[in-house]
Amino acid sequence: MNNQEQPVLDIKDLCISYYTRAGEIPAVVDFSLTVKPGETIGIVGESGCGKSTVAMAIMQHMGSNGGIKSGSIKFKGRDMTQMSDEELRQLRGSEVSMIYQEPFAALNPSLLLREQLMEVPLTHEDINREQAYERAREMLANVKLPDPDRIMNSYPHQLSGGQQQRVVIAMGLLSKPALLLLDEPTTALDVTVEAGIVKLIADISRKYGTSQIYISHNLGLILETCDRVFVMYSGEVVEEGTIDSLFTWPRHPYTHGLFGCIPLPTADKNAAPLKPIRGQLPLPHERPQGCYFGPRCDHFQAGRCDGDKVDIEHVTGSAEDHMVRCLRWQEIDHTKEAPGGEAKEAMELGGPVLEVNQMKKYYEVIDSSMKALISGDRVKYVKANEELNFNAREGETVAIVGESGCGKSTFAKVLMGLEGGTDGEIKHDGKDVSETLVRDRTDKQISSLQMVFQNPSDTLNPSQTIGGQISRVIKKFGVASDKDEVFNMVMKLLDTVKLPRDFYYRRPRQLSGGQKQRIGIARAFAGNPSTVIADEPVSALDVSVAAAVTELLMDIQRENKTTLLFISHDLSVVRYLSDRIVVMYLGHIMERGTTEEIFEPPYHPYTEALLSAVPIADPEVTKREILLEGNLPSVMNPPKGCPFCTRCPRRIGDICDNEMPPERQVTDTHRIKCHIPIEELQKVEPVIHVPAPEERLGKPEVPASTH
Amino acid sequence: MSTTAANTIERPSALSRFFRGLGLLRESPIGMFGAALVLFWVTMAIIAPILPLLDPLAAIMPFQKIGAVAPDGTTFWLGTDDKGRDILSRVIWGSQRVLVWASLATVVAYFFGMLMGVAAGYLGGWWDEVISFIGNVLLSFPVMILYILIVSYLGASGINIVIAVTFASAPGIMRIVRGLILDLRTRDYIAAAQTRGEPAIRIMLVELLPNARGPLIVDACLRLGYTVVAIATLGFLGLGLPPPDPDWGLMIKEAVPLGSFAGHMMVIPALALSSLILGFNLLADGLREISLRD
Repeated sequence: MNNQEQPVLDIKDLCISYYTRAGEIPAVVDFSLTVKPGETIGIVGESGCGKSTVAMAIMQHMGSNGGIKSGSIKFKGRDMTQMSDEELRQLRGSEVSMIYQEPFAALNPSLLLREQLMEVPLTHEDINREQAYERAREMLANVKLPDPDRIMNSYPHQLSGGQQQRVVIAMGLLSKPALLLLDEPTTALDVTVEAGIVKLIADISRKYGTSQIYISHNLGLILETCDRVFVMYSGEVVEEGTIDSLFTWPRHPYTHGLFGCIPLPTADKNAAPLKPIRGQLPLPHERPQGCYFGPRCDHFQAGRCDGDKVDIEHVTGSAEDHMVRCLRWQEIDHTKEAPGGEAKEAMELGGPVLEVNQMKKYYEVIDSSMKALISGDRVKYVKANEELNFNAREGETVAIVGESGCGKSTFAKVLMGLEGGTDGEIKHDGKDVSETLVRDRTDKQISSLQMVFQNPSDTLNPSQTIGGQISRVIKKFGVASDKDEVFNMVMKLLDTVKLPRDFYYRRPRQLSGGQKQRIGIARAFAGNPSTVIADEPVSALDVSVAAAVTELLMDIQRENKTTLLFISHDLSVVRYLSDRIVVMYLGHIMERGTTEEIFEPPYHPYTEALLSAVPIADPEVTKREILLEGNLPSVMNPPKGCPFCTRCPRRIGDICDNEMPPERQVTDTHRIKCHIPIEELQKVEPVIHVPAPEERLGKPEVPASTH
Repeated sequence: MSTTAANTIERPSALSRFFRGLGLLRESPIGMFGAALVLFWVTMAIIAPILPLLDPLAAIMPFQKIGAVAPDGTTFWLGTDDKGRDILSRVIWGSQRVLVWASLATVVAYFFGMLMGVAAGYLGGWWDEVISFIGNVLLSFPVMILYILIVSYLGASGINIVIAVTFASAPGIMRIVRGLILDLRTRDYIAAAQTRGEPAIRIMLVELLPNARGPLIVDACLRLGYTVVAIATLGFLGLGLPPPDPDWGLMIKEAVPLGSFAGHMMVIPALALSSLILGFNLLADGLREISLRD
């Protein structure tokens, strides 16, 4: 306590196991970590690597079948594993707080936020209700929530997701904890909202001196929030170090592999495609001998890497706390490797396949309030899509980008014929399909327009075999009808999506998320479609799996010259794989153009904010910070003028509030819907600055390490 | 052989999957006990014709106690009733009757309940309004009154019991199925089926219903138990399966006026009845426990 540098948390050689039907499963092995006061530690890894288990162990909240086998967790010098329940209860929520992934699940829906917030100081401190109210109110203002008094007297459902997460963070900070655990706190939020929360989290330690442990699968977010980072793989730390040393000179093949899987601004789908890590994370009870990453590692040496357990050691010559768990780290020269996978040939684009002209989709809503009854104005329209215009050519990838509620999924529904459009036309292969529901379309029309869905866990019917589900598509679309022929086609499709043939008789629950998504792709391509809509196909997958699925999708596209409509909120993926981008906000297309045009000025102010919000896992790429205030307006009651006027940082005056902006033409392909003249927008600096290759510190050898 | 290895992929047989499912039940002792009770009665019902039983309808010697031996050497293991019929053989033959009719009634009730539920849940709109309204009207009747009304109006027979049980149970099944379908219909695989233009009937029966099976199997076990109770109650009220064929409810009813004079006449069929119902309930509990654990 007298020593300022006494660590807040000191974990030594922690081993955690779960006990299940299959026996003892070691979830975390030999985990050591120290957190200094005011420091933010990032733990990064893919699902199943044990990062959440570590958080749960720190909270001493392991569930009935988990247990700490050995090691110690010292919080301010006291071993938490030896504490009684009562001591732990005192500690939790006051000295150590935790913030979870889903804010709506963390708040009690039937209690006023006032009660939930005041409960924290009332429980842990000797304080009266007025003081507690004042403290809570003040904290809400500190997490930048507008109008704290109103929020104090609201129920959780009256707030948006971003506001809820701010309330949860405020609740965590109320007791002035020494340590804050954040378990994927922004995964459930939209990108622009996420950017705000990340900024808030980064400010917390500065302002309150709180130490934090930030758990995430997203390297970009870790870079923006943390001081030091731990990379976990299959229950153990494979590499640790400060952000600078680890992100600039990753030494472990797994860490290096992870960077190869994320679409950094240097990746290019043709010249330097993503390089997925092959294979899968081993199950905890099937871990290999020696190095756990061995079977997936390109530098694996038989007889050496599969021998004894590998110890973590210091990276000589690098920063003091840069450690790596690899026998061969000195021999492997990552700089000699090409930054991406094998180069592929760029695709030639064919004629137009999809033309969307003035497409509108309105939903009718009957307002039954008294006011509406009296004014006789009972029918309202929700304008989910307003005058969409764009087209897509054969073999082209067009991305539709926007946050939740922007109307991108509505457009997909109309295109697929699940709902009829209100006005305008969608020409697919020359025929207008906007008002033809799927039951009125011909088999050929249906089969030429297929979809890949977002959620791997329910894209496949759990009660049917994989083979059955793919064969059904083939039979339904009349591609083949003979039993053997269908069977052989399914086999070929399984080969195409790089899955073993005996998956034919498997059921979806026996597959991993990435495998299910591959089957989803196989199913979409079974009818030889000319156009495929992919609705966030990789957003629910781990980075290394996502990279593989993305590459697969593009390979099949290349082979079949398919037009791909890629719906996403993630601009870094979109930049990587699309030829053209359509940016949507509240049902309107705010900007559209080729990928280069979207990423270079002139920008629409919304695009500018989106670009700034995307976390980039490269410390040498700099971004201009643009934070959006406020929330997405309700589609029921959109602003009268420009849909973006309520949050726009470049709002120029009343004209924005009252008049719909015109669509201005920058080039043949580039359009921006904004009141600000193009010349003005042209003067804006680029949001993302990528240093030229020669300016980069970029991954040279570690200085003077090899003797 | 090895050259064709890629094409010789084994399909796990339906039988092996069934036994694996049964093996899971081992994790729930309660469920195992329930399954044993049910299995006991099902076996009895099946092998009744080959068991060396006395004729259940023949009047031999009235009011024999448990284990009594007739002058000709026949043992009445469970005694005889007031009309001189062997209770053991009546109880075993009665299990066959109650199981056949209870299963039939439950299956028919499920057939209609599932059709209504899946239509209401998937098609929505007017279908839902109409079906739910009919269901609510039927559910607002006290079940017993509904049984008595239907059976006394149509007359006492097995088929009429099936009809009565269907009327009383189908609305409840409809509600469960409708709720499950409302949840399942938002899944991506349903959207996938819709976007490849599958007809509604296929989506309902092939894509949706099989995925609702988990909770429905548990419910079916419970409902079988209720149906056994209902059949026994109707028998007790004299509205059940017509005499002289042995029926557990009717056997209890016949024993009531005799009181403690022939206690075994009442206790034995009552024990048979409650063990079967208990079996179904415990089996349902066990299945639910396993399904939640996964």
